[in-house]
Amino acid sequence: MADAEILVRTSEPPRMRVKERFRELFVHREVLVNLTRKELKVKYKSSVLGILWSMLNPLMYLVVFFLVFKLFLKSQIPDFHIYLLSGLLAWTFFSTAVQGATTSVVGNSPLVTKVAFPREILPLSAIGSSMVNFFFQFIVLIAVMVAFTYALSGPAVLLLPLALAVLMIFSVAVGFATSALNVRYRDTTHLVELGLLAWFWLTPVIYPALLVLEQGATTWRLYQLNPMVTITLGFQRALYGLRRLPDGRSVLPDPGISWYGIRLGLVGLAAVVLLYATWRLFYRRSGDFAEEL
Amino acid sequence: MSELSVSVESVGKRFRLYHERPSSLKERLLRMRHSRAVDFWALRDISYEIPEGTTVGLVGANGSGKTTLLKIIGGILRPTTGRVMTRGRIAALLELGAGFHPELTGRENVYLNASILGLSRKDTDRQFDDIVAFSELEEFIDNQVKFYSSGMFMRLGFAVAVHVDPGILLIDEVLAVGDEGFQRKCIDRVREFQREGRTIVLVTHAVDRVRQICDRAIMLERGRVRASGDVGDVVREFRLAMLQQHAGLDRVDVTRDAEITGVELLDVNGGPASLVTPGASIHVQVEIRINRPVSDPVVVINIHDTGDQFIYGTTTQHHGIRLVDTEGGKQRVTFDLHSLPLVEGRYFVSVGVRPGDLSQMYDWHDQQYPFDIAPSSEEEGRLFIPTEVRVEPL
Repeated sequence: MADAEILVRTSEPPRMRVKERFRELFVHREVLVNLTRKELKVKYKSSVLGILWSMLNPLMYLVVFFLVFKLFLKSQIPDFHIYLLSGLLAWTFFSTAVQGATTSVVGNSPLVTKVAFPREILPLSAIGSSMVNFFFQFIVLIAVMVAFTYALSGPAVLLLPLALAVLMIFSVAVGFATSALNVRYRDTTHLVELGLLAWFWLTPVIYPALLVLEQGATTWRLYQLNPMVTITLGFQRALYGLRRLPDGRSVLPDPGISWYGIRLGLVGLAAVVLLYATWRLFYRRSGDFAEEL
Repeated sequence: MSELSVSVESVGKRFRLYHERPSSLKERLLRMRHSRAVDFWALRDISYEIPEGTTVGLVGANGSGKTTLLKIIGGILRPTTGRVMTRGRIAALLELGAGFHPELTGRENVYLNASILGLSRKDTDRQFDDIVAFSELEEFIDNQVKFYSSGMFMRLGFAVAVHVDPGILLIDEVLAVGDEGFQRKCIDRVREFQREGRTIVLVTHAVDRVRQICDRAIMLERGRVRASGDVGDVVREFRLAMLQQHAGLDRVDVTRDAEITGVELLDVNGGPASLVTPGASIHVQVEIRINRPVSDPVVVINIHDTGDQFIYGTTTQHHGIRLVDTEGGKQRVTFDLHSLPLVEGRYFVSVGVRPGDLSQMYDWHDQQYPFDIAPSSEEEGRLFIPTEVRVEPL
């Protein structure tokens, strides 16, 4: 066994080396895939509709919000259903990913206390299963767009992969923090739920960002401190495109595609920094997970 | 000169036991003061080296730190002091079927569990039939695990575990699973691992098992190494420790209406019976005194082995003997145990006096009188059965 890996463990919380962590995760990629599959299977195993549930969820939102905002509150947004779905797509992924990640370590305590493997896999598999749902919901959106022969707005579609990448990095960053925190403080779950509720209304999913933009420069600037604002706007710009209200005002900010690109890039950069910080927190604490559970 | 598989260098593990530690953010915010913690050292200054290819038995009483040490070697817990080095892939079988999900089928769980234990999908595909055959669950492999009995669950767990390909195998008490046949299969598999030159660390209460399969042994006592090295020496030390522990145990609530004033174990020649050959007889002599008027006193003797297994018990009542019950009366009761059918090991005699109706205990000496059965030739097991072997030409 000359090529056997040598592991040394000491009392010090291990230093986090990003390259080494990525290699570890790569070595254990099958565990990640299997655990993600488990999440999905367990979620849909005993249900008649199975994975269809993940499509019904956004459709239900669509019907309710459409009823309330379009019919009762007379929202002026043209093709409100497409607007709603494109923002909801990003938001649903974020909220299910963060919620799933938060409970992932505590929920898998039999594994954590009995088997050694990179703990990051637990929140990552929860986020992975949200990812799969994301793609099914994306199919729903495409189907709706095709059904209504809604045209995509040219080069802005390129914003989609960028926005998606930023969304994923940001979700993982938040998920690492909340899952590690939940091991120590079990009411983190409730706090996250509450936080997400507020966060949802601070993100332009059912109302247009325009309404905030018109509140003045300071409010707008503060509003944009929420990374989900930029990410959601990215999704909406890519899928919904530039549309105008009946009075001529643009639903989405309209300083050109590069405005979105730059903002997404900046938020992405911030998300990477945040990810490094929360990953480090998670990794350093992960050595004690087995003890705390 | 083989290389080291595991090297444990002055490892200690401290657990903090918190009183009213805030377990929620709400509490944390409401009560800003620090919670009091009591330190508990589960392990202290453990140093041990395991060369590649050895099988080490880890014994000790409950709470001596065996499982903690295993978890530290396995990388599940972090040591508080010292360092641990391991070479090669580790599979820790701390719990069979850890990570099995009840909603998934046996097949799905095999793949999930195998990957968690470090087996690639390709290897699992290749070994899948073997795993299923080992578990003897062919018919049920596509049923959800929640419909399995606990025995089936364990069998599948063990089947997966023994098919992973570890350099170092850590086993915690899991060999005591399933019926005799399955256990034998597990032991055979462990022997196969040994032949393949893998390193095994085995935690167990069953001292016989250590003697059966281990090359070396360590005994932990309250987090420290009490003995290590030769299996025979360590097992002897362990039995001694168990004896001391028993002696220290307080007696059952006794009324002392009647009292045991002396107990002696004698061999056939009337000398003290400390070392007895298998099949020989001993006499248990019990002297009692009646302190207060009692009705129908009964003398009881029980024999236990080192694993606390109840081997044999009898009473004067069983033999239809009535004892004197007047105040101040003294008498000697002798039990002649003819032909002790026991194999090598230490045994403990408990002696008691109680009323015939079991309502209370007058006096009780719990496992205080040990005797040893001498090692005979190569007999193994629990019972000594006098055997003759004949060979006839056919």
